[in-house]
Amino acid sequence: MTEAPRFLRPVTAPSADVGLAVTFQTPLQLDCGRALAPFTVAYMTYGTLNADKSNAILICHALTGDQFVASEHPITGKPGWWITMVGPGKPIDTDRFFVICANVLGGCMGSTGPAEIDPATGKPWGLNFPLVTIRDMVRAQKRLVEHLGITKLLAVVGGSMGGMQALQWAASYPESLRAVVPIACAARHSAQNIAFHEVGRQAIMADPDWKGGEYQLHNTRPSKGLAVARMAAHITYVSEMALQNKFGRNLQNRDAKSFQFTPDFQIESYLHHQGASFVDRFDANSYLYITRAMDYFDLAEEHGGHLSDVFRVNPARFCIVAFTSDWLFPPVENKRIAHALNAVAAQVSFVEIRSDKGHDAFLLDEPEMFATVRGFLNHAATDLS
Amino acid sequence: MSELRPDLAAIAAMIRPGARVLDVGCGDGALLEHLKTKNVDGRGIEISQANVNACVTSGLAVVQGDADTDLVDYPAQVFDAVILSQTIQATEKPKVVLDHLLRIGRRVAISLPNFGYWKVRLSLLSGGRMPRTSTLDYTWWATPNIHLCTLADFVDLTRECGATIVEAHALNDNGTTSKMNPASLTHGYLGPNLFAQGGVFLLKKS
Repeated sequence: MTEAPRFLRPVTAPSADVGLAVTFQTPLQLDCGRALAPFTVAYMTYGTLNADKSNAILICHALTGDQFVASEHPITGKPGWWITMVGPGKPIDTDRFFVICANVLGGCMGSTGPAEIDPATGKPWGLNFPLVTIRDMVRAQKRLVEHLGITKLLAVVGGSMGGMQALQWAASYPESLRAVVPIACAARHSAQNIAFHEVGRQAIMADPDWKGGEYQLHNTRPSKGLAVARMAAHITYVSEMALQNKFGRNLQNRDAKSFQFTPDFQIESYLHHQGASFVDRFDANSYLYITRAMDYFDLAEEHGGHLSDVFRVNPARFCIVAFTSDWLFPPVENKRIAHALNAVAAQVSFVEIRSDKGHDAFLLDEPEMFATVRGFLNHAATDLS
Repeated sequence: MSELRPDLAAIAAMIRPGARVLDVGCGDGALLEHLKTKNVDGRGIEISQANVNACVTSGLAVVQGDADTDLVDYPAQVFDAVILSQTIQATEKPKVVLDHLLRIGRRVAISLPNFGYWKVRLSLLSGGRMPRTSTLDYTWWATPNIHLCTLADFVDLTRECGATIVEAHALNDNGTTSKMNPASLTHGYLGPNLFAQGGVFLLKKS
């Protein structure tokens, strides 16, 4: 085998650090009409699959998440992004359940995405990578689940974009799962959400180092644009009250305003930090592709706008969780899903958790969320045995 | 499992085995849990998050919501029966709620306290203050029961909503229930409108 040409990877992870990975040769038919082959799904598993393979829970990550749900991130060295939810004795108990988490298609932590090499050209895909959808991501996950020999998942759980995937799982493969836990999500991306994403994408594409998406060939990285995208997005993840409580109008390391454009306020330097730390671990083109996938998400679209018809005759049980101060995926959007499920008499529970932490509450210490998810999954698992 | 409240037991007896049921204001899910023994396919709506969590943990399908605002989102005739226990007097718009219940369910089972109960009447007559009884133990300024009525008043509302009373039971002082003739509520001064602490009704759209 000849050595592949080397291109600057957008992130500094050695490829060995992405955990487990499986490459499929059978093409993946995508919503855009193109087919992808071969393609790789990078993933992590926690816990042990039982003999009858009935204890598997798939966790779907959010926009900038990855497969390291409950173990140290190979680039940042930070603990898993949902360590409060997943682990031994945690609500999603890895002493009991076999937990799978895969990097989404189009992502940048080992699954096939725009930063990977296109076998047809030997160069990074860049913008030649096909536009993938939430459903395409789920199709890839389904391949992984089948590869692991699992015909029926105990549950699919996810927050934000992960919740969209959980809903898509229920819509696409109702017979392949028993329970669905969509958290802080919606059955469609709203105009406001699309608007914020477009601001982020334009920031990336306006960065001269983006080079029409071919920055890897030029050994550059559109770090400034990606950081601005992250800063804008981060504002949408927290509530107005949380920002006010945490930062108010406090000044950063100074006693008086500087009368310059350097960051005077704590909130400014906080956002700068969010932007700067993000570019070390995330690929700009991946950000374009994944935000686009979320924008395209509208579960009811192919059912004439009737969300209920998506879930007609659905044997799965659903537990939908929303947070009162989430203005990115407000409770009313989550509740729409519950009502649609009610309309077809599906088994649905809906919990609206009082929190002032905004959209990011699903990643934080929210005891009510833990109690709900733990109780729901325990019961789903008990009913099975 | 602890014993069901008398009005819930009366409602449970009205529900056919295997029915699809929506319990509006299901509390901690005691009735839904009981109905499982009759193979009832039960769903709930509950306003309190703690109660919703208790329900979800015991495997009940319960949606956190408010009868006053959320019933509008339920389609017509999906449920064999809709239950509203000891809640109508606490809703903002009892008629709107009852109209929705009659639309959503083929049958509506409803229990409510009777403000015409003789002890309530006596309490107001003798004390000159808003009555406080064992079942309605609130000061006037802190009560969630903003739309109290007598059983006779309620029968008037069912007519207003175009409903027929299929069954009616009086809730007695001693915790028992007894069948009552709905006509006896609106005719004459004596009868269950004076002697019953509350009532349980099974309604259908006329």
